[in-house]
Amino acid sequence: MIEATGLRKSYGTTLVLDDVSLALPAGRCLALLGPNGAGKTTLLRILAGLVRPGAGRLRVGGVDALRDPDAVRAQVGMVAHGSFVYEDLTARENLRFWGVMGGLDASPAHLRERLQAVELEAVADERARTFSAGMKRRLGLARVTLGRVPLLLLDEPFTGLDRHGQKWLVEFLLAFKAAGGTVVLTTHSFGGGLAVADRVILLASGRVLLDRPTAGLALDELHRVYDAIVEGAGTP
Amino acid sequence: MIAYARRTWIVLWKDLLVERRSKESLNALLFFALLLLFLFQFALGPDRERLHAALPGLLWLGFVLAGLLGLGRSFVAERDNDCWDGLRLTPGDKSAIYLGKLAANLVVMGAVEAVILVLFGLFYNMDLVSVAGPLGVVLALGTLGLATVGTLFAALTAGVRARELLFPVLLLPVQVPVLLATVSATQIVLAGQPLVDAAAWLRLLAGADLVYLVIGILTFEFVLDT
Amino acid sequence: MSARATRILGGLALLALAVGLAAGFGYAPREAVQGNVQRIMYIHVPAVLTAYLAFGLVLVGSIGALATGRAGWDRLAGAAAELGVLFTGVTIVSGSIWGKPTWGTWWTWDARLTSTAVLFLVYVGYLLLRAMVDEPERRARIAAVVGIVGAANIPIVHFSVKWWRALHQPSTILGPEPSPIAAPIAAALFVNWVAFTLLFLYLLLRRVELARLEDAWVPETRR
Repeated sequence: MIEATGLRKSYGTTLVLDDVSLALPAGRCLALLGPNGAGKTTLLRILAGLVRPGAGRLRVGGVDALRDPDAVRAQVGMVAHGSFVYEDLTARENLRFWGVMGGLDASPAHLRERLQAVELEAVADERARTFSAGMKRRLGLARVTLGRVPLLLLDEPFTGLDRHGQKWLVEFLLAFKAAGGTVVLTTHSFGGGLAVADRVILLASGRVLLDRPTAGLALDELHRVYDAIVEGAGTP
Repeated sequence: MIAYARRTWIVLWKDLLVERRSKESLNALLFFALLLLFLFQFALGPDRERLHAALPGLLWLGFVLAGLLGLGRSFVAERDNDCWDGLRLTPGDKSAIYLGKLAANLVVMGAVEAVILVLFGLFYNMDLVSVAGPLGVVLALGTLGLATVGTLFAALTAGVRARELLFPVLLLPVQVPVLLATVSATQIVLAGQPLVDAAAWLRLLAGADLVYLVIGILTFEFVLDT
Repeated sequence: MSARATRILGGLALLALAVGLAAGFGYAPREAVQGNVQRIMYIHVPAVLTAYLAFGLVLVGSIGALATGRAGWDRLAGAAAELGVLFTGVTIVSGSIWGKPTWGTWWTWDARLTSTAVLFLVYVGYLLLRAMVDEPERRARIAAVVGIVGAANIPIVHFSVKWWRALHQPSTILGPEPSPIAAPIAAALFVNWVAFTLLFLYLLLRRVELARLEDAWVPETRR
């Protein structure tokens, strides 16, 4: 599903990603871990086709991202920090807007069903301004599941979710994978990440310092490895 | 084609909804229009003749100033919550977004202009009702000229440093021909002359509007990708 | 263009300017009505022609930048805009100097001066915009769109200002345009125009090269 080799990105004099390569087959989930400023969000945005890498190659779903970023974007559902929420619109209106913009089914019945799926039915007609960060993220998930996208890119989806919310998200993502979808998520929540991910990559200072399957990886071991590597690399 | 129209419509719907919900900006614009009225009066003094002679110019000055404020904020909502990225990720021809935004701006500007006109009519004792039709034509063409470039430049400067300063600096010089044309045509219309006397100016306006619209449609997707 | 070729171009430009100076201030006859001050036309007219050439290149560069996404086109647009603003400034100042003794004022809202002033404002804004965006890719795109709008606007400005002036009946002598153009005057004008164009091309090449070097410089990368 995703094949990236030697991705590099600089903003002015700052090198944000340095020779990043990764491969992810369809139906799998990749968790990107790393300290703040490691380049996780930039990598995610490159995978979404929103940012052009300075160097390197990237294929998403068989499409060359450098040649045809629009085709890459068409395959991607993204929920980032901002979660694409218009604060002055209600949840339902937000969904309707993005649904029509995406050429998807935005009928009242479908919108209601999606809001139910993310447990926002109760606040469907409240303005998004009143939502917590977790609720906005759930709204984002409702948005990306209005249609069928093969690839979900989630930037710190566990942030702002309580235990119940986290459990809900894990179930949601596992079901998404089971239906054949691919997921890449960044997170600071190792527990949540391990629960859904098949593979984990540790990014620090723009470089891949760890890239291994999660099979057999226990939570405390991951913590130990993380601390060791990040300390060794020296955080920015 | 239908999908394009639906996307244009939903952008218009969304923008007007947001505008109505966050009432502060429309109210502020209208209040600003009222303030301008007083400012013009104070700046030009009590001489009635002088004021009346300057009226077409003052009218359009008012529209442009209000336009600067209103248009400049077209894409501010998109910059929140990464909605800009959200728009980039949507499929299809992005110029639908431009047209939707343009339509919303035209509606808002139209409302502000109507209020300014009414206020002008009252405060400066102008008879606008008898020339309403021709005046409406000039207004429509002029506002289109302002809004087409204004919407495009608002998108351009949305994420740029010193946006509030850059937007007027970029927009105003480009608006010079529109301003010249509209003020001249307004002068003709307010003097009670038939619309056909302003034909040359109106043709220029229409031509300019078309050029700006086409450029906006063709270049908007590049602007989004910034 | 190779460094040597550029230097030759520079030399040619210098030579042409010298000849032009001689032609304008020596060879061409003294104008009957206005006197020697009219000679400033040999700077004013070539300057405005060169400015239009520059802004035409801004349009070309802008379209190229959007169509191909390659930085070279944007460098062309930026350099041409800087030179265009420079030559427009020369046009305005020389027009002003011409105007003072001729019409008694430093400024007059005649069609050409007004159009040129509007042009000046548009492209100064363009340069300000370029200065506010740091990333080259982003800057190229944003500037290109403004460049295209600015260029498309030039004929619209021209006509609107011309008609506006016609309305307001300038009582001044309509423009410093010598009505039947005598051969020596035309010749001197032509030489100066060629000289200005050569100078412009030389400066353009140097400026584009400088921009290329600026972009290529990879500073000590910070993580």
